Amino acid sequence: MENHINLFVSSVFVNNMVFAYFLGMCSYLAVSKTVKTAVGLGAAVIFVMIITIPVNYLLEKYLLVEGALTWISPKLAELDLSFLSFIMFIAVIAAIVQLVEMIVERFSPSLYNSLGIFLPLIAVNCAILGGALFMQQKEFSTVWESATFALGSGIGWAIAIIALAALREKMKYSNVPAPLRGLGITFILVGLMAMAFMGFMGFKI
Amino acid sequence: MSQMFSSKNLKLLTNPLNLENPITVQVLGICSALAVTVKMKPAFVMALSVIIVTAFSNLIISTLRKSIPVRIRIIVQLVVVASLVIIVDQVLKAFVYDVSKQLSVFVGLIITNCILMGRLEAFAMANKPWESFIDGIGNGIGYGWILIAVSFVREFLGSGSVFGFPVMEKIGAYSIGYVNNGLMIMPPAALIIVGVIIWIQRSRTKSLIEKE
Repeated sequence: MENHINLFVSSVFVNNMVFAYFLGMCSYLAVSKTVKTAVGLGAAVIFVMIITIPVNYLLEKYLLVEGALTWISPKLAELDLSFLSFIMFIAVIAAIVQLVEMIVERFSPSLYNSLGIFLPLIAVNCAILGGALFMQQKEFSTVWESATFALGSGIGWAIAIIALAALREKMKYSNVPAPLRGLGITFILVGLMAMAFMGFMGFKI
Repeated sequence: MSQMFSSKNLKLLTNPLNLENPITVQVLGICSALAVTVKMKPAFVMALSVIIVTAFSNLIISTLRKSIPVRIRIIVQLVVVASLVIIVDQVLKAFVYDVSKQLSVFVGLIITNCILMGRLEAFAMANKPWESFIDGIGNGIGYGWILIAVSFVREFLGSGSVFGFPVMEKIGAYSIGYVNNGLMIMPPAALIIVGVIIWIQRSRTKSLIEKE
């Protein structure tokens, strides 16, 4: 249990997807103009993250790594398909995003209306694929650990985008030098936020 | 031959370097631009990989553009890009293993680099293969030079070296009390340097300034 709490805290704050690894930056900068849309995209990322990362974990463990295919036949024990992991991860993510979109549309039209436009965007959000690749790199021992990591990373990303959107809403009232307006000042703002998040470095429970 | 390098095609190559730069103007592919720029060598390898992948994915998708059904084009594009990235990743692992370790997940993340999807959607789906190939190279270089610029500042100020060559040590700066700036190798520095590059570019080219 302690292990899970540690993993959760470290993926939300210490190894925050945005501030430590710069993942999902494109949509992070593009969709953070108002808090409302930022909350929508943040929720969609958490949602897709906690589904795709454990699924990718299971598929990798039982299909791709060396010796994974022994459950089909012992002859396949030496087969190592791990070079295929990129193509499998991205296919799984694209398929699940599509599936989630259809399920949400069928069962909760109100949620679909608020998440609607963001779901297709997420298939190419690098935070999702990045999450899967970090999951592969960290070599978790159980699927639950990968789920905790997914939840933590998703929440970390959502916190980051909501915080930036709130700051940008306030920034409308400040006098920014013309060439820095818009994109430039946003970069510097994210840099300062990342500096604040550096304070969590080495943090453990 | 002269037609292949007409002035229109040359524009495709040079525009992304400044006026339509993928990072500072189109805001595409920022994730990897920030993460791999601590040292110049990985940044250089990354830039080269992205140039190769954008050029060839543009070429392949543009060749196939008439036979791809519109509804499933995203999946087709992702599969083409992912296959190219697997090739690049395997080549890097075979020939420059240490750099491939430093780049860690960011080689895989070329797949979701928005430069690729952006150029495939905006250019390759509507243009001929040769033009698309040039557009891919142009955008790859536009991305690459920002990467090199950011990594030069970060490595020079953060580690006192250029391309791994210890400049500051050789000129004896440490013995007179010079200290490396540790913040430069931390993540926030990358964001601020890109912000400053945008600032410089937009004060030189007024047309890029955003309206209020």
